[in-house]
Amino acid sequence: MAVLQGAEAKLYLGGDFYGRPCIIKERFQKNYRHPILDKALTSQRIKSEVRANLRCRIAGIQTPTIFMVNFDTNSIYMEEIQDAVTVRQHINTVQAAELNPASACSQLKPLAEAIGRTLAKMHTSNIIHGDLTTSNMLLEGDPSELSLFLIDFGLSSFEASAEDKGVDLYVLERAFLSSHPNSQELFDCILAAYTDQTQDKNACKEVISKLDEVRLRGRKRTMVG
Amino acid sequence: MVVAIGFEGSANKLGIGIVKDGVVLSNPRHTYITPPGQGFLPKDTAKHHREHALSVLKLALEEANIKPEEIDVVCYTKGPGMGAPLVSTALVARTVAQLWNKPIVAVNHCIGHIEMGRLITGAQNPTVLYVSGGNTQVIAYSDKCYRIFGETIDIAVGNCLDRFARVLKLSNDPSPGYNIEQLAKKGRQYLEMPYVVKGMDVSFSGLLSYIEEKAPKLIESNAYTPEDLCFSLQETVFAMLIEITERAMAHCDSNEVLIVGGVGCNKRLQEMMGVMASERGATLYATDERFCIDNGAMIAQAGWEMFRSGVVTPLDQTTCTQRFRTDEVEVTWRS
Repeated sequence: MAVLQGAEAKLYLGGDFYGRPCIIKERFQKNYRHPILDKALTSQRIKSEVRANLRCRIAGIQTPTIFMVNFDTNSIYMEEIQDAVTVRQHINTVQAAELNPASACSQLKPLAEAIGRTLAKMHTSNIIHGDLTTSNMLLEGDPSELSLFLIDFGLSSFEASAEDKGVDLYVLERAFLSSHPNSQELFDCILAAYTDQTQDKNACKEVISKLDEVRLRGRKRTMVG
Repeated sequence: MVVAIGFEGSANKLGIGIVKDGVVLSNPRHTYITPPGQGFLPKDTAKHHREHALSVLKLALEEANIKPEEIDVVCYTKGPGMGAPLVSTALVARTVAQLWNKPIVAVNHCIGHIEMGRLITGAQNPTVLYVSGGNTQVIAYSDKCYRIFGETIDIAVGNCLDRFARVLKLSNDPSPGYNIEQLAKKGRQYLEMPYVVKGMDVSFSGLLSYIEEKAPKLIESNAYTPEDLCFSLQETVFAMLIEITERAMAHCDSNEVLIVGGVGCNKRLQEMMGVMASERGATLYATDERFCIDNGAMIAQAGWEMFRSGVVTPLDQTTCTQRFRTDEVEVTWRS
């Protein structure tokens, strides 16, 4: 069984759950933090992950099916999305193959729009992902089919406030621009599709203005030695 | 052979250091210390810097055993920082540069910390956790830029610790953070408090409000001692910092981590980072208070790198700015 180690969990790949391809996500103990804090965070994140995963599916967003949770081993057993690449890998592949940045961008535009629409659905259901990055989005099968899956809901929460949604988008923007240089235009596409897809225009306006506010907190904040 | 002198005064430390091709020749510093329960105000801090600038400069030259004519470049902190202290220190740098007829290089304070950390520890391409009274950032280098992967979305971690020290009326000598660290060693009981991580970003303002309000009551009722609260606060905020650093390392596939900035000399933070690093097969690089805390040599070192790559700041552009992002600087000296 292949093992991948992420920042907070080990992923055991290639398992089998009653005949279905399964991965086990085990949140291991973090010895650097206080045991009480570690226990609280681990169990809280397993619960958040499972809850948000289910809520997303109800909202019509693709996520891996969760088969089982073992609280003794802090493990989630879930469907392995086969033949998938992360959005991060896909963007890197396209950008590496296409020397002209403008045409790479136009190739990736449909993907950016699909991401924007998915996030709009998610926020309309008041789901805050909490760790939106291009590594936490998968494309199943042929990337041009845009079969997008959201994963890694450990930092998620269920909030209706514009502040939380704005911060969620801010986290994605930061991760997006730092992982993919020269991609501001793509992120703008995500936001445009997000705005377009959200039915409640007033609520959406509020989220975007919160996003601007949070950006300002980071960028223009007085920073003292 | 290039000799650089650096002037740092962005916060309450006035530091002047001399660096000669990667060797720190001198690095004296004078700190403005306020009474317990009080922070430092820009006006009084600037006054402190003006009062001590010449004596610290004299000390820097004497300790290095360097004459002004041997200096090749004068470096100063352009920002970020507090306006008045920055300006008063830059004025000294501009004055000596003209007196000695030397070129000037304006340096970003955060870049100063990173370059000093790299020089002292020998880290090649680390993920950097930069933690101080004014800054909390997780930084990694790519493509001529120190990119900010994560940061605080409100106050800095050092600010959070300093303000809690004021609640407890701890001494600001040598620094409030140091005194919290000493008390925390005696803490036994862990109090759970708000833990706010959003992706690779953190937030401390809610946590600070929570503990500011709770602390006096908890101490009065003897439920928790001040030591317990310092311990719990450190455990919580440091765990948040380690978590976002680890996430950035996983994201960037990095196996080196460097801690810089004033909070970076906290031994407990270094210890926690060390555990995280060893569990993922990475190496931790950290320095002590001579180089973690704001100092002149770090400005000289960053300026030295910039100068060697051909950067010189024209005199009419030797201004200061309170807001100067780490990622605004083009890193001309790294490949």
